Amino acid sequence: MAMSEDVAPTRPANPRGLPLQSGFAVEPADNRTGYRTFRAGSFGFRRDGYFAHITWPNGRHQLAVDVFLRALMRDVAWGFFYGTVNFDTVFGTTNYYGEVEMFAGATNESFIKAGTAFIERFKSDELMRIFKEMIGDWTNQGYDPFAAPMETGAPWGSKNGDNDSAVGRKRVTAKRMVGLPGDTPVRTDASGYPVNRMFADVTQDTPEVHAEPGFEHEVSAFNLFAYLSRSDVTWNPSVCSVVKESLFCPTSEEFILPVEHGNDRPEWFVQLSDEIIWTTKDRDTGAFRAQVVCKAGDVCVMPADVRHQGFSDKRSMLLVWENGSPKIPALIREGKAPNVPVTF
Amino acid sequence: MSEYTTVFGAIDAYAKGGVSVIADSPKNYLFSNMFEVAATSRPYERVVVAKNFEYVIEVARADGESPWYSCAHDEFAVCLDHEVEVHLVKLDDPDSVVDPESEGARELPDLPAGRKMGRIVLRRGHMALLPVGAAYRFAASRPATLMIQTIDGPVSVHKWASICQS
Repeated sequence: MAMSEDVAPTRPANPRGLPLQSGFAVEPADNRTGYRTFRAGSFGFRRDGYFAHITWPNGRHQLAVDVFLRALMRDVAWGFFYGTVNFDTVFGTTNYYGEVEMFAGATNESFIKAGTAFIERFKSDELMRIFKEMIGDWTNQGYDPFAAPMETGAPWGSKNGDNDSAVGRKRVTAKRMVGLPGDTPVRTDASGYPVNRMFADVTQDTPEVHAEPGFEHEVSAFNLFAYLSRSDVTWNPSVCSVVKESLFCPTSEEFILPVEHGNDRPEWFVQLSDEIIWTTKDRDTGAFRAQVVCKAGDVCVMPADVRHQGFSDKRSMLLVWENGSPKIPALIREGKAPNVPVTF
Repeated sequence: MSEYTTVFGAIDAYAKGGVSVIADSPKNYLFSNMFEVAATSRPYERVVVAKNFEYVIEVARADGESPWYSCAHDEFAVCLDHEVEVHLVKLDDPDSVVDPESEGARELPDLPAGRKMGRIVLRRGHMALLPVGAAYRFAASRPATLMIQTIDGPVSVHKWASICQS
């Protein structure tokens, strides 16, 4: 489920007492690679043929550019999401809902022990603007960072066109339920959503709906599994049904969740098909905690004090269940949000 | 023939994963399996398998005809395996049946006055709206598994110790 980067129900928490950075820059395209370089506060971003390079005062880091772009794409699409988005074990962002921290090493035990973690704070909309320009400029024609690796081109090499339609996809958010009149439509071949190659065997039948006259708008059902079989993205939950602030956010998953997500609240997973293996680590240090194998029908929660990353070989259907209540950031600040929703 | 086989579960055919801890407790993950819950519960016992503050996901074994239920907010039901029928009635005076400020489904002793809205036949993967202001009932000719998106209420059953890995 994505958060809006504009959400700020109250003054954002600032546990580190960091000042807001306001320096942003987009430099002209490099003569050799063709890519622009970016600056946000004291962080610098440069890409070349294979890598994204990140610099900060007295530090530097590099990620394979496919890893960086897949993670950046989710951070952009999810509006910095809930809690911490670790691009890898060094670099990431933490959402304070209206403001965001960008860090190097802040969730890495070695950096923390050495006292070399570097963190700066930004207004969310300002950092988002830079991130959106970066994903647009650094994504080449034919490469889709939302797609599974076997379904897209390669990100490598010098600047070669763009793929704005892919990186600018709008997140699907049903207001009540997919398929209701005036709400998010079901996916079809005609609307540009063919069945994914790994879901070719998923039944595409529709529920039998027998509505009495006058009740056609409320007697409603749709085939959720067929809907998911036609998803054109991976690891990108979309809202399909809403009970007040309870959001069913199903998604199709293939390969690796591009980030290690350190949610600031418990996050529920309902495995609808196939299998995902989750690795969990300590949210703050990265120390390994558990492996969770989820098969079809399995339900589990990711506690609020872990970071998690999923691995799915066969494309699978996952229901991510979120509570989008605006009360939760305040509860988190006050320490009233539990790490685990139920104890027994 | 597809190169890939999509694996779904069913109340009478499922495999279960699990939690392997390195430095943790399995209890922290509240790990359960919806088909196992349905297979080991009474018909239409609405067992909570996920809870997020007041919100819950319930799993019910659909088997025969259920009681009538109503609710002061929308709910949604997903059929996870075998065929389940949903019958809907628009209540003439829903506020007299269910407190409009209440949360979660209520089991009704009888079907109150209302107009027939229609019925829906759900098969694997189908999701239906259980709309506010209506009464609804499920029917299944063989045991099936329903997942319900709702809010914790008087018919919600919590039996975490018997469904979760510990």
